[in-house]
Amino acid sequence: MTALPRFTPVAEHALLVQLAEEVGDRAARAVLALDKALADRPPEGLVEVVPALVNLLVEFDPVVTDHADMQAAVAALLDHAPDHAPEVATHDVAVCYDPDLGPDLAAVARATGQSEEAVIAAHLGGGYRVGMYGFAPGYAYLTGLDPALHVPRKPTALRDVPAGSVIIAGPQCLVTTLKMPTGWSILGSSPARILTGDPSRPFLFNVGDHVRFTRIDRAAFEAMGGAPA
Amino acid sequence: MSFARFTVRFAGPLVTFQDRGRPGHKRFGVSASGPMDRLAHAAANVALGQLAGATAIEVSMGGIVLACTEGAVSLAVAGGEFGIDLAGSGPEGWAVLTIEAGQTLTLRPGRAGSWCYIAFAGELQCGHWLGHAATHSTSGLGGGALVTGQELEVANTRTCPDREGPIAQPAFARFDGTARVVMGPQDDLFDAAARTALTTETFQLTDAFDRMGVRLDGPRLSIGGALSIPSEPVARGSIQVAGDGVATVLLADHQTTGGYPKIATVIGPDQDGLAQLRARDALRFKAITPAEAVAAARTHAAARVAWLAEIATPRGTLMERLMRENLVDGVVRADSDS
Repeated sequence: MTALPRFTPVAEHALLVQLAEEVGDRAARAVLALDKALADRPPEGLVEVVPALVNLLVEFDPVVTDHADMQAAVAALLDHAPDHAPEVATHDVAVCYDPDLGPDLAAVARATGQSEEAVIAAHLGGGYRVGMYGFAPGYAYLTGLDPALHVPRKPTALRDVPAGSVIIAGPQCLVTTLKMPTGWSILGSSPARILTGDPSRPFLFNVGDHVRFTRIDRAAFEAMGGAPA
Repeated sequence: MSFARFTVRFAGPLVTFQDRGRPGHKRFGVSASGPMDRLAHAAANVALGQLAGATAIEVSMGGIVLACTEGAVSLAVAGGEFGIDLAGSGPEGWAVLTIEAGQTLTLRPGRAGSWCYIAFAGELQCGHWLGHAATHSTSGLGGGALVTGQELEVANTRTCPDREGPIAQPAFARFDGTARVVMGPQDDLFDAAARTALTTETFQLTDAFDRMGVRLDGPRLSIGGALSIPSEPVARGSIQVAGDGVATVLLADHQTTGGYPKIATVIGPDQDGLAQLRARDALRFKAITPAEAVAAARTHAAARVAWLAEIATPRGTLMERLMRENLVDGVVRADSDS
């Protein structure tokens, strides 16, 4: 491994910019700072930036620029990027933990040696941040799950898990946006629309945003429209 | 306003609406989607005088049967070597045709190719998501998949007799079964034997092949240490290797992030040809440097622009073409009397 930042060419059109080896707050701050610098002062030929946990993929038009020029431009931005994280938003996301909406709550409680209420309390108590998106449109991987809730993926995936499911595996949590199979444990359901349907702001979270879960009962869940279609 | 209507008499799986793709949202988990064979998709559009990125139907090996129920419209078929049947007669190869009410167009897989495009001289009506018709197949977002029984409408139709006839295939983009790759970004996690095997041995596509990617048969590519990487962004063309050493090439609807190491990435110019291979076809990889990859992309982009401009030029009506042929050897040049 070479020193950081580490630049790795990807095909003819991208550069993987690695800013940290370990996932964590420091890595997240560095990724967000560079992401913002690239948005504020896009180098010539920049097409798209994909921020993730410890690195960013910087995609460019190879007709306009190349790996060497893009690396120089990114390095210059890193030299001048502020080391404090840009301002991020905090979102309250409501969750109903009723057993039919959170079918794995009991299993997670058993696996972690605590009551279901304690699992819910631990889940509500996490300090969540959108680490990155992936898997499918709007799937925001939230870091910051309480270590007391770290459980492995289930051995087999459950099919047709509805959109809005609040699921956990390992150190991560996410709220699904589509009906999809998942091997993660389902704790509850959220009426939040992460795919907002608003063309001016189609996704609820930006990478780096903070998320707070709040508990709602069934009546509130239904009043808020229930799970997304 | 002129329009044409169709009934989808049959559509196989993975027959979808695709425009040029939906870039710019990978940070939100949205791959660009768009055509599996971008050049053929563009060819079908420009051969009709449409914008290269306009919405067309991507036809899988499942095939499609479209019955025109109202109106008339010119259409172009390009991509792979599919069998085309329009009202009982079938042109060989890629072509511009005109269909009218009462006629049926059938596309079936032919000698080669996995994806074929039908573009229309007009505006193919379908749903949009984030400003694009491109269908993300696993979510169905975008125009969506075509299903048997569905009605289609093409608005602002044109018929273009001056464009009818065969579309020349792009010699510059002929794929010889060897995809050029840039090694990495995690080639250093693989043992030396795996890195050598990637570019010296022959792989085969498997039938685990959809718009997300294609799994390969071939040498197991073992990872040197018990290393795992934090999930990171992945690019279309990535050759990712799962824990069992099996390689998958990621394609149009790939996941935007993932934790599997990528031994190499197929360059853009070779992705169309790779996607047109079929299960059990042989595939080899050749490593080139990042600088060579950029040079290849520039050569390809220039050739693409020139070729698309060529096929975008109307060839004239049959009568005009006959006149021009007759005048080629004469005193008067064909282009002086236009």
